[in-house]
Amino acid sequence: MYPSRFDYHRAASIEEAVQLLGSVEGAKLVSGGHSLIPAMKLRVAQPTALVDIGRIEGLSGISSDEDGLAIGALTTHAEVAASAAVKSACPGLAEAAAAIGDIQVRNRGTIGGSLAHNDPGADYPGAMLAFGAEITAVGSNGERTIAASDLFVDMFTTCLDETEVITGVRIPAARGTAYLKHRHPASSYAVVGVAARVATEGGDVSECAVGVNGVTGCAVLAGPVSESLCGRPANQDRIRTAAGRVGESLDGAVGDLYASAEFRVHLAEVHARRALAAAASRAG
Amino acid sequence: MGRYVGHSVKRREDPRFIQGKGRYVANLELHGMAHVAVKRSPYPHARVVGVDSSAAAAMDGVIAVFTGRDFADGGCGALPCGWLVPDTKVPERPVVVTDRVMHVGDSVAVVVAEDPYTASDAVEAIEVEYESLPSVVDARGTTDADAPQLHDGIEGNVSYYWKLGDSEACKQAFAEADETVELELVNQRLIPTAMEPRAAAASWDAASEEMTVWTTSQNPHPIRLLLSAFTLGIPESKLRVISPDVGGGFGSKIFHYPEEVIVPWVARQIGRPAKWVATRTESQMTDSHGRDHVTVARLAMKSDGTFTGLDVETWANQGAYLSTFAPLIPTALYITLLAGNYRTKGVFGRVHGTLTNTVPVDAYRGAGRPEAAYLVERLVDLAADRLGRDPLDLRKQNAIRKEEFPYQTPVAFLYDSGDYDRLMSTAAANADYDGMRRAQEEAREEGRLRGVGVVCCIEASGPAPSAVAGSLGSAVGFWESGEVRVHPTGQISVFTGSHTHGQGHETTLAQVVADELGVPLESVEVVHGDTGRINFGMGTYGSRSACVGGSALVRSAEKVRAKVVKIGAHLLEAAEEDVVYDRDAGRVHVKGSPDRAKAFGEIAFAAYTAHNLPEGVEPGLDFVSFYDPENFTFPASSHICEVEVCPETWQVRILRYVAVDDVGKVINPMIVEGQIQGGVVQGVGQALTETAGYAEDGSFLTGTMLEYAVPRADLLPGIEVDRIETPSPHNPLGVKGAGEMGTIAATPAVANAVLDALRPLGVKHVELPLTPERIWRAVRDAQSAAA
Amino acid sequence: MNHRVCLKVNGEARDVEVEPRLLLCHLLRDELGLTGANIGCDTSQCGSCTVLMDGKAVKSCTLLAVQADGCDVTTIEGLAGENGLHPIQQAFWDNHGLQCGFCTPGMILTAVEILDRNPCASDAEVRHGLEGNLCRCTGYENIVKSIVAAGARESA
Repeated sequence: MYPSRFDYHRAASIEEAVQLLGSVEGAKLVSGGHSLIPAMKLRVAQPTALVDIGRIEGLSGISSDEDGLAIGALTTHAEVAASAAVKSACPGLAEAAAAIGDIQVRNRGTIGGSLAHNDPGADYPGAMLAFGAEITAVGSNGERTIAASDLFVDMFTTCLDETEVITGVRIPAARGTAYLKHRHPASSYAVVGVAARVATEGGDVSECAVGVNGVTGCAVLAGPVSESLCGRPANQDRIRTAAGRVGESLDGAVGDLYASAEFRVHLAEVHARRALAAAASRAG
Repeated sequence: MGRYVGHSVKRREDPRFIQGKGRYVANLELHGMAHVAVKRSPYPHARVVGVDSSAAAAMDGVIAVFTGRDFADGGCGALPCGWLVPDTKVPERPVVVTDRVMHVGDSVAVVVAEDPYTASDAVEAIEVEYESLPSVVDARGTTDADAPQLHDGIEGNVSYYWKLGDSEACKQAFAEADETVELELVNQRLIPTAMEPRAAAASWDAASEEMTVWTTSQNPHPIRLLLSAFTLGIPESKLRVISPDVGGGFGSKIFHYPEEVIVPWVARQIGRPAKWVATRTESQMTDSHGRDHVTVARLAMKSDGTFTGLDVETWANQGAYLSTFAPLIPTALYITLLAGNYRTKGVFGRVHGTLTNTVPVDAYRGAGRPEAAYLVERLVDLAADRLGRDPLDLRKQNAIRKEEFPYQTPVAFLYDSGDYDRLMSTAAANADYDGMRRAQEEAREEGRLRGVGVVCCIEASGPAPSAVAGSLGSAVGFWESGEVRVHPTGQISVFTGSHTHGQGHETTLAQVVADELGVPLESVEVVHGDTGRINFGMGTYGSRSACVGGSALVRSAEKVRAKVVKIGAHLLEAAEEDVVYDRDAGRVHVKGSPDRAKAFGEIAFAAYTAHNLPEGVEPGLDFVSFYDPENFTFPASSHICEVEVCPETWQVRILRYVAVDDVGKVINPMIVEGQIQGGVVQGVGQALTETAGYAEDGSFLTGTMLEYAVPRADLLPGIEVDRIETPSPHNPLGVKGAGEMGTIAATPAVANAVLDALRPLGVKHVELPLTPERIWRAVRDAQSAAA
Repeated sequence: MNHRVCLKVNGEARDVEVEPRLLLCHLLRDELGLTGANIGCDTSQCGSCTVLMDGKAVKSCTLLAVQADGCDVTTIEGLAGENGLHPIQQAFWDNHGLQCGFCTPGMILTAVEILDRNPCASDAEVRHGLEGNLCRCTGYENIVKSIVAAGARESA
């Protein structure tokens, strides 16, 4: 399979990338290319130009402070998965990164690319929602910070405008996080992926969020699950009851040859229960 | 055991592969080579109203665009079917369609360009106007009265109907049965998915009018024959077909494909070498698929567990056209295997070969035999369940006894040799079957779903003899050629009509010849895959290379030995009957006087100098044999699989897989084990992950590896392989086929294990592949039925 | 417009002009004659095209050649050293870790990274590490055996 023709621009800086996106008709961003290039080879995507931000200095790397993690947009999934800082500040994020694709894909795919692509089967979006990530983007109107819940709009669609480039992601520190996935046996994408975050105060659940990807066209936060769990201790029964409400947030679930919408909702319930249990036990 | 035969000799082909020097067709680069790409139908069934290639033809770098009409007018004949059972109705299969596409992926136009990127652009630029026609994809549904009629003169879309067995005995068995079990099942459609996509290249020499075709084929000679006699029309004497390193076949590279005609035709047309390499999507939608049966069957038995009758009716989806050997698979390689390893007398089977708007279906690893084994072994487990018997015990009770061989089944085959009781006992011992059952009980008490699947399976490998194949519908013979050419220095070139695409013939066939002649392995080179160098041969499929190809070489080596003895005796000034051929040392010496000897190399040299040959002996030392075996060989296996099914996600986890196989004598144990292991994982793939998907409207749902799930390394924790040996009496090596047994046994072994695990939940049957969702639904249905 | 790409392939500096859409696998195979990286799936599932880029296993069918500018690429052809086969190549030969050979270059180069990360990788860890590589012949049994054996040899 061969991509159709396009022009190629390598941006030396964010500013240049923003400028190119604004001036070159039909340009798309590429960094690792692991979302875009397969689509281009299948000729599902036929951009007339690519702006490569893969070499921009300073966009890669992970730093942490007591508030949480700051991850550069060009940080690869392999780097996130292996990062001691991530494992300690937000173990669920490391699990989500490690669940993506395979060794080779994780070596090339970047967090910024995955978020901007917003593939329904991607692993990061549910985690970003559940873990309360904030995404920084720079565009022709300057820099802004976007809550994950605002970023993901629809299947393969984000709120980013055509000139905006994701530069980084901030994720609050949260020990009580977990990500669990039912992997598609062929594509390795998430048939269902559930990210859970649980915080406790005095034995009661003080905060809870559950993000689900793979089931609907766009990752969602399962609000009723969190509501059902907050304010009381997270025992097994309560987790089970709470997870049982995940379907309320999964209207418009989609199916394929491997798993129907109905079965995905069932799997989401199972994975929500397990992810919540893991998150709660980490939350202590 | 010889010096080499019976030993795990390291493979001689490996150094080139592990260093990236494999010579696959896609790697071939010839001066001035043009690149071919094919425009394919997105419709399952449509009339081609018009093809507008003007934009494509006008693109920079596009050399030519051809349509179906160009190929038809340019002398390309339809692709033939090489196996016709009585009254087969054959739909015409053009190389490139002229007026109607019959399946998603059918070829509509051909682009030739300077590079593959441009060719791909040009394919996209071709505008085809289609008028969509009603389509049908289901094996049995296509025979319904309201199904669209796909071909003129093929009523009800049934290409053929075939039956075998004693229907009266079968009827009687059911009339007198104490118990019967019934089953309706689907043996789902699979995509063979060799890792190397198909490819073809060609070069035309206008001066000599010779065409060379490189193709990813398991059998270059039959391809040359078909190209010459049917599709391309170049005489065999002017046509050389080379099948170099081939990246796996599993049956899918046996058949004659349109691109093998398109590429040489184009090369001659444009006067330049040309190459086509399939994308994975092209492979998924044009390589012949496998299986795709719908079957209704029932088994009759006595209350003591004796099987008395088996009645089977199958609808076999042959796809849009009849691929090269398509009708063979669900007839002489399926119905004939329905007796399994059991003494069942009243076996009767019939099959409807049906046509649909799907990719043609033909042999895929096992080919007919896995379909039979899955059916029979599921029925046996249902019988055990009905009778309250242990499934291993019931199998042992019904198995053909060691002393009954050769055993005539009620469905034509004469089984050569076997010891099924020992096979099952060995498997049970290796698996600790009783321990597995105890662990299962404990697991069930804890609410876990653990299952043990046991099977005993039969294969028929190395189809033979040719005359019988002919009487069953074959247009070709099933012998093999083997030439042993001793060079004057004593070095040996072995030419085989078999083809290796992973099986390791460059090693195993050299082991055979080196032992036959008592020469070092290093002095034997194996040549295969080139009609320009090798005598006509039949190629590799049906697990035939060792039993048929290997035997042809034994025959040729015997002839070499006889001549070496004659010349050696003459040189030693002894009578022929007074010398012996020492196969350990590779020399001829006078009986009782080992010092009076002539080495193999000395005799070879003498054969070529011809200064001093016995009277009437010609110079040279080169023999060819065409070996036509008297029967198939019949490998057998008993596999035991232990699984646990998660009662929440319904994912199946394989805990252990134990395989014991009887493939007769073994030339290279390491290679045989590799064949079994690889076969098992393909069979497990059918059981758990693989299915070629069509939507009801005929759209093809598994066009890439994003949808079609080939097993990955973590699907099994490992495979424990062992074997017993009952030599085949039908060939001089005593070998039986080893390539397909693993695949045949693994699918029912896993399916039986999973259904055993689900037994407490009341589930009797789940269609393959046993995906979590299918199991979940089956459990829900069983529970609501119980409530 | 073509782009200039300067990279190192198997230790040798290469300077080529390429169309932006040229994939790295085609640069290696068609322009540089290094056909060891095979193309098996086109969609990044099978791993037959795996090469090492700056020491990391990557799928060369899902990379543009222009993205490899300035990188150090190792293909299967460059893996063996002056002293002969790389230990993983040798282990594949010794343990019958290949049949048709098509997936083998990708398997071996992925194994380089698996063992780089953990030379003592267990059977199960190797199986998991091969999630991006498909083999249709071997059933993986002897591939896993080969990699574990090579690891044991390296760490011995």
